Amino acid sequence: MPTADSAALAVKGIGKVPPKKLALYVAVALLLVMVPTALQAASGLGFLVRILVVVGIWVLLALGLNIVVGYAGLLDLGYIAFYAMGGYVGVLIGQTVSGRLGGGTYWAMLIPAALAGALTGLALGFPVLRLRGDYLAIVTLGFGEIVRICLNNDLLGLSNGATGLPRGVETITPPWPSMWLQDNVRFPTPIGEFVFGPNLFWYFVVLLLIIGTIVVIRRLDDSRLGRAWVAMRENEVAAAACGVNIRTQKLWAFSLGAMSGGIAGVTFAYVQQFISPESFTFMESVFVVCIVVLGGMGSIPGVIVGALLIRGIPDLIQGLMVAGVIRLSGDVTSMITGYRFLVFGLLMVIMMAVRPQGIIPSKRRALELRPDDARVLAEEDQQLWDTEHRDASPDDV
Amino acid sequence: MDFTLSYLLEQTINGITLGGLYALVALGYTMVYGILLMINFAHSELFMAGGYVGLGVLKLLSDPALAKGGMSFLKPIQSFFNSGTVGFVALIAATFLLSGIVVGFMGVLIERFAYRPLRHAPRLAPLISAIGVSIFLQNAALLWISSKQLPYSRADGTSFVPAKTAFTVSGVNVSTMQILIIVTSLLLLVFLDTFVAKTRIGRAMRATSQDRDAAGLMGVDINRVIALAFFIGPALGAVAGVFNGMYYGSVKYNMGFIPGIKSFTAAVIGGIGNLRGAMLGGFLLGVVESLASGFLSNAYRDVIAFIVLVLVLIFRPGGLLGEAVAEKV
Repeated sequence: MPTADSAALAVKGIGKVPPKKLALYVAVALLLVMVPTALQAASGLGFLVRILVVVGIWVLLALGLNIVVGYAGLLDLGYIAFYAMGGYVGVLIGQTVSGRLGGGTYWAMLIPAALAGALTGLALGFPVLRLRGDYLAIVTLGFGEIVRICLNNDLLGLSNGATGLPRGVETITPPWPSMWLQDNVRFPTPIGEFVFGPNLFWYFVVLLLIIGTIVVIRRLDDSRLGRAWVAMRENEVAAAACGVNIRTQKLWAFSLGAMSGGIAGVTFAYVQQFISPESFTFMESVFVVCIVVLGGMGSIPGVIVGALLIRGIPDLIQGLMVAGVIRLSGDVTSMITGYRFLVFGLLMVIMMAVRPQGIIPSKRRALELRPDDARVLAEEDQQLWDTEHRDASPDDV
Repeated sequence: MDFTLSYLLEQTINGITLGGLYALVALGYTMVYGILLMINFAHSELFMAGGYVGLGVLKLLSDPALAKGGMSFLKPIQSFFNSGTVGFVALIAATFLLSGIVVGFMGVLIERFAYRPLRHAPRLAPLISAIGVSIFLQNAALLWISSKQLPYSRADGTSFVPAKTAFTVSGVNVSTMQILIIVTSLLLLVFLDTFVAKTRIGRAMRATSQDRDAAGLMGVDINRVIALAFFIGPALGAVAGVFNGMYYGSVKYNMGFIPGIKSFTAAVIGGIGNLRGAMLGGFLLGVVESLASGFLSNAYRDVIAFIVLVLVLIFRPGGLLGEAVAEKV
């Protein structure tokens, strides 16, 4: 019985994890389930779950871009295009088939959205294969803008221009049977009331997507492909000389990264029940890059922390003030609203000066050779000195 | 839309004017890139700052409403700048000079505090820092100056440089402003090119851009060279910002963004790090964009500009005038 075997293996696998680590995993899992549930049940704090959903979508985006920037070392300033493609394709196909699939539309649309993202990634990948560094950055930037402008101008008559989708009276079918979860559903339990609503539903969906993405990325990281990316990032010529097919690896990086963007896009569209080109500006691409770099390139925990800080904190401050949890006079409120981006810009500069490698740097990247690193240079000089003087006989000195 | 020769000519002249602005901004990107290999994302905000500082200088030197109370010492100065042709020319010259200097020093300050600490950091760190500076400057203008579009005009609502027609070519009117922009940008480009090619400090700049460490060993003061690049680039950007305000008649806190990415595109088309390339790319992009918006579609002008960029890079990955990058082994 293969299932019994694999179950036994899984149990064995759990047994192999050191108990301390296992306890940590269990604690994190409990926190991830309990905290939002408690927030949802507490009156007036449900909006925090909503913020977590938005942050979660950005974690998905940042995880995808992390493949391109962090692993493969390709700077992509138009990443938001994949997010847009996923969202629009998901909504457009979803609306045509929603009559048949009903509440299942969202789940079915994950596949076309992921494919749309991946194909867009390939479409961008092919022409830019020869470019490197900042030339690549500017072309991806242009690509992102092209996608946004085409959506905004209703290029094929599909995107409904600046107004966005769905058009007029149409709606995006939510992934639950109609009317059931339109509002919070309450279940009394011995420890208190359990409240389940759309926000909590999306929270768990996004959480599952993130976990799935992390598992895939970690497996990729340890695979041939992941090692090829690292080699390519460190030195393209040397990697090519060692038999890494640069073209294929770059295309893989672009399409896999874009795939995650597409999934995030369709999720975003279904969470919001609405999608428009406004959400896909160049600034959004910049925010994703900031999350990856500020968090720590190539580091999964870093990216998550980065998304929490960059997307979460401004929304959190805003949300707490709107909900009246923080009570401030009108002047202070408007000041905080006005100044939060100014301070944000300043913090980015300070963060980079204090920790240029990111909040939680990737361990693997920290081992990289950096020619600018004074210590590495000193070591190289010492080696060179040693080699030059090894052959010389003592008499010569 | 009927295709006529005069319409083609008109769009071309508009394009060259726009190209002059792009070229001036592109020089700032390309100088910094040539020396530090970084995209100075804050450059588009310095262009915006130039527009604002220019407007401030113009108002201070010509608006009688401002010369009251503690500011009454401005009265004699204003009466000079408001008198006749000499005063007018002096006013315009003073505006460009002052906004260039102020914004130039802003550039030096930004380099000192946001980029210099990151010189040995991973390559993307300065980029993020630059984005931070850009967000900061944009919001500073929004919060501390105005969130609205400010008119670039005198107190009585007339523009500083009257929209007069300088001459007419086969039925197409060329305005004084267009002539001013094209001539000034060309002069500045020639001046900068000579400066970098002929002077001692220009040679130091070229040496630094080739190999920073080796130049340092040869006695070049690297920090001074970089600071100079961060003065000249933003100063030229400020000139473009003032022109932009005068030409389009207003300034706004987010006005730098689109010209900024276009100018960077222009610098890349020409071959980034190459001054003449930035100039060529700027004029080329301006003309292409103007013709595209005139004859194809105004809504897709940016799309066409970026398609030109992609095509240029596919056939010449180093840009039009850029050297073929030898792969280092």
